[in-house]
Amino acid sequence: MSEKYKETAQIIKQEKIGTGIYSMWLQTQKIAGAARPGQFISVYSKDGSRLLPRPISICEANAENGQLRIVYRVAGKGTEEFSRYEQDDALDILGPLGNGFPLERMEEGKKAFLIGGGIGIPPMVQLSRELKGEKQIVLGYRDELFLTEDLKRSGTVFIATEDGSCGTRGNVLDAIREHALTADVIYACGPTPMLRALKAWAEEKQIECWLSMEEKMACGIGACLACVCRSKEVDEHSQVKNKRVCKEGPVFLSTEIEV
Amino acid sequence: MMLNGESKMQTRKASGYMEISTKVTIAGVELKNPVMTASGTFGSGMEYSEFVDLNRLGAVVTKGVANVPWPGNPTPRIAETCGGMMNAIGLQNPGIDTFVRRDLPFLQNYDTKVIVNVCGKVERLAEEPVDLLEINISCPNVKEGGIAFGQNPKAVETITAEIKKRAKQPVIMKLSPNVTDITETARAAEAGGADALSLINTLTGMKIDVHRRTFALANKTGGVSGPAIKPIAVRMVYQTAQAVSLPIIGMGGIACAQDALEFILAGATAVSVGTANFHNPMTTLEVIEGIEDYMRRYQVSDIRELIGCVK
Repeated sequence: MSEKYKETAQIIKQEKIGTGIYSMWLQTQKIAGAARPGQFISVYSKDGSRLLPRPISICEANAENGQLRIVYRVAGKGTEEFSRYEQDDALDILGPLGNGFPLERMEEGKKAFLIGGGIGIPPMVQLSRELKGEKQIVLGYRDELFLTEDLKRSGTVFIATEDGSCGTRGNVLDAIREHALTADVIYACGPTPMLRALKAWAEEKQIECWLSMEEKMACGIGACLACVCRSKEVDEHSQVKNKRVCKEGPVFLSTEIEV
Repeated sequence: MMLNGESKMQTRKASGYMEISTKVTIAGVELKNPVMTASGTFGSGMEYSEFVDLNRLGAVVTKGVANVPWPGNPTPRIAETCGGMMNAIGLQNPGIDTFVRRDLPFLQNYDTKVIVNVCGKVERLAEEPVDLLEINISCPNVKEGGIAFGQNPKAVETITAEIKKRAKQPVIMKLSPNVTDITETARAAEAGGADALSLINTLTGMKIDVHRRTFALANKTGGVSGPAIKPIAVRMVYQTAQAVSLPIIGMGGIACAQDALEFILAGATAVSVGTANFHNPMTTLEVIEGIEDYMRRYQVSDIRELIGCVK
């Protein structure tokens, strides 16, 4: 079990990197040093009318200087509030939370897909830095690109856009098919339809596939049982076919869960 | 006069070191302080023990446990509302056997009282290290959760009497606020032999997602909790304290010591922190410290002096 910390972090900088997409660097005391790719943090609103923390995936974490980056989309009032904060503003956060991607499933000589769809792309940045082996990074966007340059630094990037304005017209699977790509292990984060399609495709091709799931959360630490997903077998903790996305997840082996 | 004034000043100065007692008693069980966790928001304490020293708590109230594992409701199970939230977890729980084997031994490591919220057979806990039972007759999110009989005074009296016959530990009945007059169900629980009352459970609500044009919760309705419901809860605790002589555990939107003190002054012997744990996992400790500060500031040596003193 990894250590979790509640901290008041300082915003180092925040910038808009796309339509409704923001990149925020935070100075943390311990969280960045403890974070693994695929984990997330809870970000707390300062407005008393918004009680629940917003779970946001970790885009980058620098253990040496304690800096942590989140890239998020403004989806409601909470994230809209975060987008207004500026350098030197303080923000309460809790983390790192969840299990993260299993890096040990990859080694030199093996090939991986790192697949991100929309706001599921950010966790692929830290993952691409730390993962061993050949990294084929497949990114699905509606139209506008973001984080593409960051990801090009640590792997080969393939792009799919819904409108065909860049790369393959269609989704991430269309891009994989167009380039006739193969892999030994898949790491993916993105919208549910993308994860569902990847699960089916990976299981048909018998490729090991790790999916980062999303669900509405309250506590973020496994106590409230709000954010469950259906599991194939009876889960050890819950004793029913439910796993906690915030605790056993957010990353699951595709064959263990229903999407 | 001068001397008198000076000595008063000295007492004030020394008040920071004043000896205070925060002990309260519920049905013969002495708690080191009146602050506990609200069932369903704290699991069995394992997850929160990374942030909260459970030894500091008056009691841990566990998530409701049934005879067999329950899978709960489909997701989404949770939605934020202004100043609060709605949940429809649907009493997902691992069943009493796993709870007894895994969760109770964990809680035994701590010097705190254990209150088990039960939605099943109480006999199973007779020989277990449990201080008090809290009976869930008011969960709004599952048909087995009991809200139907929790809203009917006659049924509350009958079921309380039945549970009292079978339970070895003292029995706390947790009342539903989804009634016209909470004193009716409170009196019924007292008539049935309840040892204490917990109130309030969540208020039934609904939220609609206008973008998706559907319900925010898969269950359509859910239980509203958080600061938004606090005035309703304080009112119900006050009314109940006037109507029955049982000790009351007050809850509903407590997020700080001042909130907790409102409940105590309205007649609650103890208080539970629920939704606020999600906003700040250390809330329970801050409430305990804040109550102690309040007692020193106002020279209250025994917290029991405060219980129900606003009439």
